Amino acid sequence: MAGLDVIQEAGRQLVICNACRYCEGYCPVFRAIETRRDFKQGDVFYLANLCHDCRACYYACMYTPPHEFAINIPQILAASRMETYRRWSWPAFLGRAFKNRGVTVFLGLGLAALVAVFALLSIPSEKLFAAHIGPGAFYEIVPYAAMVAGALILFFYGIAVWLRGGARFWSETRSVWNERGDGKALAAAAGAVLGLRYLKGGGPGCLYPDERPSQVRRLYHTLTFWGLASDFISTSLAFVYQDFLHELPPYSVMSAPVIFGTLGGVALIIGTGGLIYFKLKSDRDPAAEGASGMDYVFLVTLGLTALTGLLTLILRTTSAMGSILVLHLACIAALFVTAPYGKFVHAVYRTLALVRYEIEAGHPRQPGLH
Amino acid sequence: MAESYDVIIVGGGNAALCAALAAREVGRSVLVLERSPQHVRGGNTRHTRNIRCSHAAADQFFSGPYSEEEHLQDLIGVTGGPENLELAGVGMRESVTLPGWMSAHGVNWQQPLAGTLHLGRTNRWFLGGGKALLNTYYLKAARMGIEIRYNAMVEDLVIEDGRFEAVRLKNDNREHLIRARAVVIAAGGYEANIEWLKRHWGDAADNFIIRGSPYNDGTLLAALLIHGAKAIGDPKGFHAIGVDARAPKFDGGIVTRLDATPFGVVVNRDARRFYDEGEDIWPKRYAIWGTLIAGQPGQIAYCIVDSKTIDRFLPPMFKPYEAETLEALAPQLGLDPRTFVETLTEYNSAAAGNTELRMEILDKNCTRGLTPPKSNWALPIDRPPFYGLPLRPGITFTYMGVTVDERARVVDQSGRPFKNVYAAGEIMSGNILTKGYLGGFGLTIGSVFGRLAGREAAANGGA
Repeated sequence: MAGLDVIQEAGRQLVICNACRYCEGYCPVFRAIETRRDFKQGDVFYLANLCHDCRACYYACMYTPPHEFAINIPQILAASRMETYRRWSWPAFLGRAFKNRGVTVFLGLGLAALVAVFALLSIPSEKLFAAHIGPGAFYEIVPYAAMVAGALILFFYGIAVWLRGGARFWSETRSVWNERGDGKALAAAAGAVLGLRYLKGGGPGCLYPDERPSQVRRLYHTLTFWGLASDFISTSLAFVYQDFLHELPPYSVMSAPVIFGTLGGVALIIGTGGLIYFKLKSDRDPAAEGASGMDYVFLVTLGLTALTGLLTLILRTTSAMGSILVLHLACIAALFVTAPYGKFVHAVYRTLALVRYEIEAGHPRQPGLH
Repeated sequence: MAESYDVIIVGGGNAALCAALAAREVGRSVLVLERSPQHVRGGNTRHTRNIRCSHAAADQFFSGPYSEEEHLQDLIGVTGGPENLELAGVGMRESVTLPGWMSAHGVNWQQPLAGTLHLGRTNRWFLGGGKALLNTYYLKAARMGIEIRYNAMVEDLVIEDGRFEAVRLKNDNREHLIRARAVVIAAGGYEANIEWLKRHWGDAADNFIIRGSPYNDGTLLAALLIHGAKAIGDPKGFHAIGVDARAPKFDGGIVTRLDATPFGVVVNRDARRFYDEGEDIWPKRYAIWGTLIAGQPGQIAYCIVDSKTIDRFLPPMFKPYEAETLEALAPQLGLDPRTFVETLTEYNSAAAGNTELRMEILDKNCTRGLTPPKSNWALPIDRPPFYGLPLRPGITFTYMGVTVDERARVVDQSGRPFKNVYAAGEIMSGNILTKGYLGGFGLTIGSVFGRLAGREAAANGGA
């Protein structure tokens, strides 16, 4: 199933959900369904990105296959989600990455390899394999200007593609009523995002990897999310230390950048490792065909970035530092360049969907109810 | 030698699982025999969503108190008086402890669903509905060491001198016996047995839609009656609502129900109205239409609304038929256009001048000089497009079952209980619920008498 068929099939299933409403207690998807009567493309795109794939509704549904109504909401919304990722990506030929993980792998690995080869070729081997200690040791390997320029270009490119996609999400999922959000709606959405509020299956936890509700997946996701945030803080602090306080790295083990970086790295490794393990074990029935490839690429890239970062810290006084630093930078490059073409984009669309949900919740409408 | 257990539970729905958990908790070996495959386990419990319980005060989920006395009065209100008042009292009393017991067995709760707030004081919603409830109980049962077999079709019981000896199973065309000290029959009613319904309804039963499990064919009820159990309840009686005629024959559940009748008019196959569509407020109005339509020619009817009210009721699963004129709508529904337009014109002139619709009350906007009248919410049907929704009787459950005593023991025709045969759930609900329905009360009976039967069966040495 592709494109229009996915949207039509999602619409068919959502009409049945709207006539049932037993899953209302699980998550915002079902409460948003209830304020609609039919499900056009924009509604499907919105609901698809509002879904956190907790799978509670799948196991609670009386109408899952082989029932003739063949309801499988996590699966059809995941398929619709992939459709939106592809649709809102830019440029279009790279958007194919969402359909074919080979494109993402090629893109990520290709760039990573390019960075690594370029770095390795341009660094004299006596430098690369020597032990560098003291301020500015890393820049003996890769010059500061090259590191920053590369990072900033990739960073702003990724942000630009994300913003463009976000704008498409917002205009294509526009609903019929009052759109003005207030601070309250934004605060509620921020709380839902930062606390991963809806990865709870309505309370007892996701039904993931199997039908037993558990909070462990939310824990892994929290570790991944906050691990990444912590590493971002670490990098930003290092930037401040260096360019404003004029202290060159490496920083001491007790310095803020290293503490944030280490905590974040460990959290990311546990988080991504756990999510990968769960995904391998997970029930395939509520999963969309082809979606997991994108997830694995993202999780592996993220996990490797954290792992090589920690190794750089551990090995930074040894002669292995040079090679591992180059590897780490290559991972970061791969993460950045695949960010607009892989699972990373869910952070953008899920957040916007939650904002839209909170705005709608602030203007309650229950058409059809008396 | 045949296999042997302390307690066998026949059935796999709410009552069966409550009985199994209760028996296992006092250390008995328990075997649950569910005739359906695993993915559709649990009979009609799959389609439930809340449970009615008495309680002294409001809490996080109940919006106010609901005394045992009020609960009983509500039951008397719909049934005109339960068959066994003492047993009904047990239900009311024991229901107080159900929320706590269910929570202790892993059940999660939620606020009342949108559009059902009027039940928020008396009923409690388990998160995700009946299938989620069953999943919780089955997980708990497995953890507690209760043995569960699916596709386990019990065809008969071996009963000698009023004492149960074994169940007779048919498995892969091989018959075998499993013995137990006591048995709990929680195998549902017979509403899915069309041949059985035909004994009372004739060929009309071919046009009935069965809302729940196709496995509720009454095999165990028939077996108990043959072994001398005393029947109770009207053998012709069932609870039925109006469901979309395009619904599947079995297991369509909640999504096929149509709640549009008070917003429009209902005509039969001859394009004539036959009952006051504005008689009473939900849920009464909702629960009478199944039986009403069962009495109409061809067991079919059509609810007609216009663009003023199409968005006022729960969005139906099946798209309504739609036309710009009444003349054009009639052939889509297979109705004679002349009679149809005549009926609607007559209704519209009797409702002329009514402009307001207040659904939360009996708004007295009635027709004038029309037979049958529409007593409330009678707006003219005059603003295109016009919509038609085909309705058939959707059978929820049957009332007739076996008589039980206050210990949930099945009673024989002489009034003596069998020594070690218990019943719980729909198969014995006729002792209490003889007609009509109270939302969420089926689960109350199943849970109270399931637990009771499980405890009693566990305490029974089979002597």
